[in-house]
Amino acid sequence: MARQLVAGASAGARRGTGRMNAAAEAAALRAYTVAINRQPCRVWEKGEGAPLVFLAGFGGLPRWSECLEQLSASRRVIAPSLPGFPGSPAIGPLYTHLDWLLAAQDLIRAARIERCDLMGVSFGAALAADVAALWPDLVDRLVLVSALGLFDENDPSADPFAQRPEELPALLCKHPERYVAHTGLPEGADPIEWTVTTTRAREAAARLLWPIGDTGLAGRLHRIGHSTLLVWGSDDRIVPASYRARFAQGIAGSAQVELIDSAGHMVDLDAPGKLAQRVAAFLNRPPS
Amino acid sequence: MNLLWFHLMPYTDLPEDFRDKHRSVWVDIDSRLFDPMRAHALYNDFIDELEYAAELGFDGVCVNEHHANGYGLMPSPNLIASALARSTRRAALCVMGNSLALYNPPLRVAEEMAMIDCISGGRLIAGFPLGTPMDTTFAYGQNPSTLREKYEEARRLILRAWTEPDPFAFNGRFTQLRYVNIWPRPIQRPHPPIWVPGGGARETWAMCAREGYVFAALSYFGFEASRNVLSGYWQEIDRHGRQRNPFQAGYLQFVGVADTRAEAMALYREPAEYFYGRCLRVDPRYTSPPGYTTESSVRLAASQTKPQGVSQFKDRAPSFQEILERGYLVAGEPDEVAARLRQIATDLNVGQLMLLLQFGNMDKALTRYNTRLFAERVMPQIADLFQDQWQDNWWPARAQARAAAPAV
Repeated sequence: MARQLVAGASAGARRGTGRMNAAAEAAALRAYTVAINRQPCRVWEKGEGAPLVFLAGFGGLPRWSECLEQLSASRRVIAPSLPGFPGSPAIGPLYTHLDWLLAAQDLIRAARIERCDLMGVSFGAALAADVAALWPDLVDRLVLVSALGLFDENDPSADPFAQRPEELPALLCKHPERYVAHTGLPEGADPIEWTVTTTRAREAAARLLWPIGDTGLAGRLHRIGHSTLLVWGSDDRIVPASYRARFAQGIAGSAQVELIDSAGHMVDLDAPGKLAQRVAAFLNRPPS
Repeated sequence: MNLLWFHLMPYTDLPEDFRDKHRSVWVDIDSRLFDPMRAHALYNDFIDELEYAAELGFDGVCVNEHHANGYGLMPSPNLIASALARSTRRAALCVMGNSLALYNPPLRVAEEMAMIDCISGGRLIAGFPLGTPMDTTFAYGQNPSTLREKYEEARRLILRAWTEPDPFAFNGRFTQLRYVNIWPRPIQRPHPPIWVPGGGARETWAMCAREGYVFAALSYFGFEASRNVLSGYWQEIDRHGRQRNPFQAGYLQFVGVADTRAEAMALYREPAEYFYGRCLRVDPRYTSPPGYTTESSVRLAASQTKPQGVSQFKDRAPSFQEILERGYLVAGEPDEVAARLRQIATDLNVGQLMLLLQFGNMDKALTRYNTRLFAERVMPQIADLFQDQWQDNWWPARAQARAAAPAV
């Protein structure tokens, strides 16, 4: 099944970047798997330059995305699939938050890099923040997009799991059709197995976040001494606006905040160009 | 065949426009619809009804567990069962829930069920449901992705707590205990019979077949919907090299009996419409949390083109005509009800028939009428089924209602 997913994803990438020569592009997207808890997890890599590891949000990475494509123009982008997300056949024995963090860390180290810039979206950002807090030497600069991990009883984040299936895309994206396209059936994939795969991706997110998405990150933000870019979509329907200041004030390192217009929670799908541009500007800026 | 009188204990006063004005009877139902003084009357009526059924010779009475809803008012079925343990003498007490994964530590279930078994003199049937997604994952916040594993661990702990004579240590993933040594212990040895209510999860069928539990198909969508479920279960029984003993299977059926068919239609229409229209008004947001359904069931559902069960009535309630035609409700005069139930039990091969003779907003008088007619004129026509051919190994030996039932 892993082979099938990679093939499908490559097909999706070709469609998404029609200007490029398809054969050259397919060759440039490198895929390999690493074992996490004895389960294969796919890693995609593209581009040259300083390494940037990307941890995806809801739905995982069923296909290479436009945002990653643009980032790979100036960076070596490394996009591992966390256990249970497309590109990995099972969630495996992840029960505690420490299990998840070790899996994320193992995936980063598997790319054989000493140190990287680390970017995450949604719960991928919650994990990225914790990786930076726990293993500070592994991370150079940190990019947190629509970060989860906090919960305020008086201003609760939305429940991404208690949703009618047809309502979920509009909850996650300002442009719901982009979420639908991102998670849709890849060319050549089996529809029944694809349903199983996407359901498992939702389950993996639930395994990590249930019931309210508080990963205890609030108590560890002060350990993040890294230069950090905090990106929020102007129309995020999952994370309340009040959480932005909590992150900005909680992180010990210098925090730069960017608000992207006309984007919901999944900024990488809603505004891939703008996001890639802001991230590249932040990462390419010389350290102060 | 054993006939069990099952009470869901619905809140009977949901407004007529409930379906239009409210999205869900479960999880986020408006608490302002609940009148505690009305519940005072309802609980007492409901317990009276269960006691009445026991008096009339039903083999068992059933209670179950639900949370944060207007569909069934028993967050703790053990409270009702303990009252019944005192007020009944011979009927089996079928506690068709505790949802094992909800209790921390799950020893609470072992203890309370042991108490009920002791108080009742060994008449407990221990129901081990997984629990609905609404109850377990939303109302009680359990992680749907690990719920089954937690349930399975709790099941093993409870069985050991009931059966191991010496204190022991338990090192589970979800529960760790240095000292397990419950008092009281159940009267029934090695432990009370275990029944597992469920639907279409093959994992549940396999557990029942492997461990020797009763699998009870609890669906509100009638005989046809349960036929596939039970046939899957019986195939699992075959695979485990067991006999297709009908007493190892249960089935739930709504029934309305009256002197004539016309009277039955007139009497039971409103309660049936109330149940399907209001009690089953569950927002789909709460029915399928990711991970609750096993991957094999997801695969099976994805390969079926026709929506099953409740999903076909996501956006509207079934009409009374549909409720009857599809067999959700078996209603009529006693002889036709008896013939129909005999046919269903024979076709499905179920020896534990659970009957909902109170449903929806049915009041106490109508419930008693339905119960009495059933006991007097239906029960004698069907109670003998399977009795001579099969031995019931899943019934509390001390619960013998029939031997002492009044002659009718």
